[in-house]
Amino acid sequence: MSDNAAGSVAVGTQQSSMLRQNLKEFWYYFSESKTAVIGLAFLVGIILMALTADIIAPHDPTVQYRDCLEQPPTLGADKCNFAFGTDYAGRDMLSRIIYGTRLSLVAGGMVVILCLSIGIVFGVVAGYFRGWVDIVIMRIMDTILSVPGLLMALVLVAILGPGLLNAMIAISITYLPHFVRLTRSSYIIESSKEYVIASRVAGAGKFRIMFITILPNCMAPLIVQATLSFSTAILDTAALGFLGMGAQPPAPEWGTLIAENRDLMLSAPWTVTFPGLAILLAVLAINLMGDGLRDALDPKMKRS
Amino acid sequence: MFVFVLNRIALLIPIFFGVTLVSFGFIRMLPGDPVAALAGERDMTPERHAEMMAKLGLDKPAWQQYLDYVWNLLHGDFGTSVLTNRPILDEFMELFPATIELGVAAMTLAIIIGVPIGIFAAVKRGTIYDQGIMGLSLVGYSMPIFWWGLLLIILFSGTWGLTPISGRISFLFDVPTVTGFLLIDALLYGEEGAFASAMHHMILPTIVLGTIPLAIIARQTRSAMLEVLSEDYVRTARAKGLSPLRVYGLHALRNAMITVITVIGLQVGTLMAGAILTETIFSWPGIGKWIIFSVFSRDYYAVQGGLVLIAMIIMSVNLIVDLLYGLINPRILHTNS
Repeated sequence: MSDNAAGSVAVGTQQSSMLRQNLKEFWYYFSESKTAVIGLAFLVGIILMALTADIIAPHDPTVQYRDCLEQPPTLGADKCNFAFGTDYAGRDMLSRIIYGTRLSLVAGGMVVILCLSIGIVFGVVAGYFRGWVDIVIMRIMDTILSVPGLLMALVLVAILGPGLLNAMIAISITYLPHFVRLTRSSYIIESSKEYVIASRVAGAGKFRIMFITILPNCMAPLIVQATLSFSTAILDTAALGFLGMGAQPPAPEWGTLIAENRDLMLSAPWTVTFPGLAILLAVLAINLMGDGLRDALDPKMKRS
Repeated sequence: MFVFVLNRIALLIPIFFGVTLVSFGFIRMLPGDPVAALAGERDMTPERHAEMMAKLGLDKPAWQQYLDYVWNLLHGDFGTSVLTNRPILDEFMELFPATIELGVAAMTLAIIIGVPIGIFAAVKRGTIYDQGIMGLSLVGYSMPIFWWGLLLIILFSGTWGLTPISGRISFLFDVPTVTGFLLIDALLYGEEGAFASAMHHMILPTIVLGTIPLAIIARQTRSAMLEVLSEDYVRTARAKGLSPLRVYGLHALRNAMITVITVIGLQVGTLMAGAILTETIFSWPGIGKWIIFSVFSRDYYAVQGGLVLIAMIIMSVNLIVDLLYGLINPRILHTNS
């Protein structure tokens, strides 16, 4: 009994040291790309900004300073001191953008979590059972893919009703096929390998083979896909917000900010410029990191 | 070849039924009473409600409604707009040339810039040029194009007054519609300045819609070229003492083009999604703006019809790309059929 426990502890430490070794190797390849590290650092900065919005935002994002409508960006003035200016209602743009970080990150994160969890289950099920289950799942995914993502999301939001949560659900559905396809194809490649046969011979059950034996070996491409989807989800959430189908005013979602100030774009360009810049920088940072991740995780792309 | 073509067409049939099921379900899944939503009337009397229900075919069982719907689609009946009371197909075909015109212009821009800079980056791999081009293309790829469009309007139209803010042509010209493609119609019409005005209105929308395809094409051309450049036949060509132009232009590019053409074909979906945003920003009277307008004015038959038509167009383009791919790359043809 005590022998057994000691054995499993030994296996545990061995596994954790292997994990550490893998992480070390991963970081070695990842940190070779300076741009990827910059992207990661920037993303960490954005996440910190979202977490500390209550502390670092200079003003309340919903308070309307009626004396300072459409105030251009000013620094060090006695009155109406707004670094990014104010919008049509006199609200501080900087604070609105800082609070908007939360909405965009949550939207991107939710989409990725939904897609990963549902996509992996569908992909593994399709890859394990094959036959008609596979055919039905994959044809549904093909159908979703045959309509441009933004159009599909628009139609879904029309059914569900406009709002940030519904926008997230709609975007998740349009991204799902990529995750299902990726999981399925790497699952099928892995499932014919010897270690899977060995574990089947050893008497492992269906679910053990599906999710414990095979799935961890399919994760690398999924992680890359998740990173890239994170950035496109932020873009699409903003696009839906811009079209009036995503987060609704007064929520300071970045796309919604651009939409509500669009009429001012020529007289008060800062109200449109800064939120867009925030979207671009956030998406760019994540994409830079994603490129580095792909190079570090995908052995085929290594050293090319 | 024949088997290959049949195979590819057969693959589209389940997708066609999938798309029709989605668009059929779309109207049934709308919140509230479908009759009220489709008839576009409020406070109907029960008699009027029943009459509309029968007229819209909503009193039949769902499977029969679906079969009727597909039957109508196959006969070119995509429903009638609640707003204008005109067939959806007519409205769509009237606006579609504007979208094609913009899409073709954007794609041309993306190809004539994207392919050469992609090749250049691959040839100059690892240099500052390569890094610069790849950095810029990543920025393009990450661009929220609705903001990019507004930014260009602020700068070029607002600050410098160089380009028009929106629309397809100056209101001074009343060009009669012949082909629906305004550039061609303006040329046919022959009034001085009409063509120039139409071109002038196209500059910003073309740049905005072309940005993401341009970035993708540049990146993919570069990686396709890099793959080809490490092949033996390229080394042989170089060792034979051929000029760089011949090595890159003839030997490498021809093989890299297979990947590039596929990538270009796959951009049609991106273009349609981009058209929704670009046309909204520039008030471009095409399909994208129409779909958004239909969603907002609750013209659900128009949204439904537009969804099916766009999906069918994308499916056909993908089929053509697939067949072309088989034609340029015989290896595909033989493994599949």
